[in-house]
Amino acid sequence: MPGAFEGETVSRRRFMTGVAHSAGGIAAAAFTLPALGFALGPIFQREPFDWQILGKPDDFTELVYETKVLTIVEGIGEAGKSIAYVRKRDPAIDTEPLFSKNGYVLNNYVALSSRCMHLGCPVRYVEAAERFICPCHGGVYNFRGEVAGGPPVRPLDRFYTLEANGYVYIGPRYSVNSELDRFSPRDPGEPLDGIGQYLYPSRFDTSVLPPTNNLPLPPQVPGT
Amino acid sequence: MPLPKLMKGAAPAGTDLGGQEVLHPVDAATEAGLTVVDWIDERTQLTPGVRWLMFRKVPKGINWAYTLGSATLFAFLNQAVTGVFLAMYYRPDVNGGAYESIRNINDNVFLGQFVHGMHKWGASVMIILIFLHMGRVFFFGAYKYPRELTWIIGVVLLILTMAMGFTGYLLPFDQRSYWATIVGVNINNTGPFIGPYLGDFLRAGPEFGATTLSRFYAIHMLLIPGLMAALIGFHLYLVTKLGISAPPWLKAKEPESVVEVVEV
Repeated sequence: MPGAFEGETVSRRRFMTGVAHSAGGIAAAAFTLPALGFALGPIFQREPFDWQILGKPDDFTELVYETKVLTIVEGIGEAGKSIAYVRKRDPAIDTEPLFSKNGYVLNNYVALSSRCMHLGCPVRYVEAAERFICPCHGGVYNFRGEVAGGPPVRPLDRFYTLEANGYVYIGPRYSVNSELDRFSPRDPGEPLDGIGQYLYPSRFDTSVLPPTNNLPLPPQVPGT
Repeated sequence: MPLPKLMKGAAPAGTDLGGQEVLHPVDAATEAGLTVVDWIDERTQLTPGVRWLMFRKVPKGINWAYTLGSATLFAFLNQAVTGVFLAMYYRPDVNGGAYESIRNINDNVFLGQFVHGMHKWGASVMIILIFLHMGRVFFFGAYKYPRELTWIIGVVLLILTMAMGFTGYLLPFDQRSYWATIVGVNINNTGPFIGPYLGDFLRAGPEFGATTLSRFYAIHMLLIPGLMAALIGFHLYLVTKLGISAPPWLKAKEPESVVEVVEV
């Protein structure tokens, strides 16, 4: 090694330079890495979601969508609220299969998210046309929430529903492809047919189906 | 023994009683200023740098289009200054406090509506100026060798300015800014593979949540402005170092020594 003393494999100047650079690098990493983790942490943190009471079974029919407000994010007021359009499942037109969990039959009520699958504006249900219409870019969905026209890339998202304690409960969101097969929740604008389900993989932080053994009890009615 | 004090005007103008010259107060103040400048300059040696930056040779035929870069710089400075003072009153509280603080700025704070307006309209002015500046550089061919890096940094600055517009749009936190941000984040999500995670990063979660607003605020007023200030500094260094390109209609004159005159 040129410049090194007898029997040494590296010159002392080179060694000192390396030590100084390493020390600087370690010092910079000591504040950069935690800060980066701070910023990226939420991507990997799964958000909890609890069943919420929507109403009584009598509130819903097969023919009319009820507009229900639910809380998606706690503690941030109006910004954390969202809308579900809910009706009773009609076996004559709703061909997607039911499934059961812990003895509960899930999705006996169809709860469509108001989030448009083009870019996330809120759709409204137009009763006369039996269509969901988005005000932003003209997305249209039919009675089952399937795309009937405009730019949306997949049918409206849905919420899990179940009936217990004489009440209808609403759970977390899930996404569907054009066959109404269930997928973990995706953001708007992400198609799930064909290659789409691989281009837009599921995420680490979306809510999963919460346990059904711990449903919130309905409010006490005074005098009963 | 000190001499007795004489009436004003007893000594000739410009001298004291001992016959020494005295300075007029205005001259003395000028002198004091120069002394301070000299004191700083002797320790910093800044004069050559300032001269290098300010007194440059510019090509013949430059016109008003060459001032668009400076105009963009001043638009940036306007945004920086008004933004700093808006931050004194703004509160990134997602539970209605953000909207209330903007309403307070507009309705109650002295000159609040004006400063807010300067920031809001200045943002649009900056976008317009940056595109005009970019158009000037493009159509004059000023991006060519050796100024490619200046162009690349300029494009990064354009993207950062757009990101400033995107993050700043949410801050008033009214219906328009909320839904515009929902749509904007969802556009980010449509990028294949990393899009969904990019959206989660911007929102700090799968939904618009409790920290989305403060995250946008931090990006808007700390992260990007710092980055932009550094890049603008480097951009200006390159402009000074490489000089300004001549307008394309100005033909470079061949020196007479290389022109061969042929008698026919």
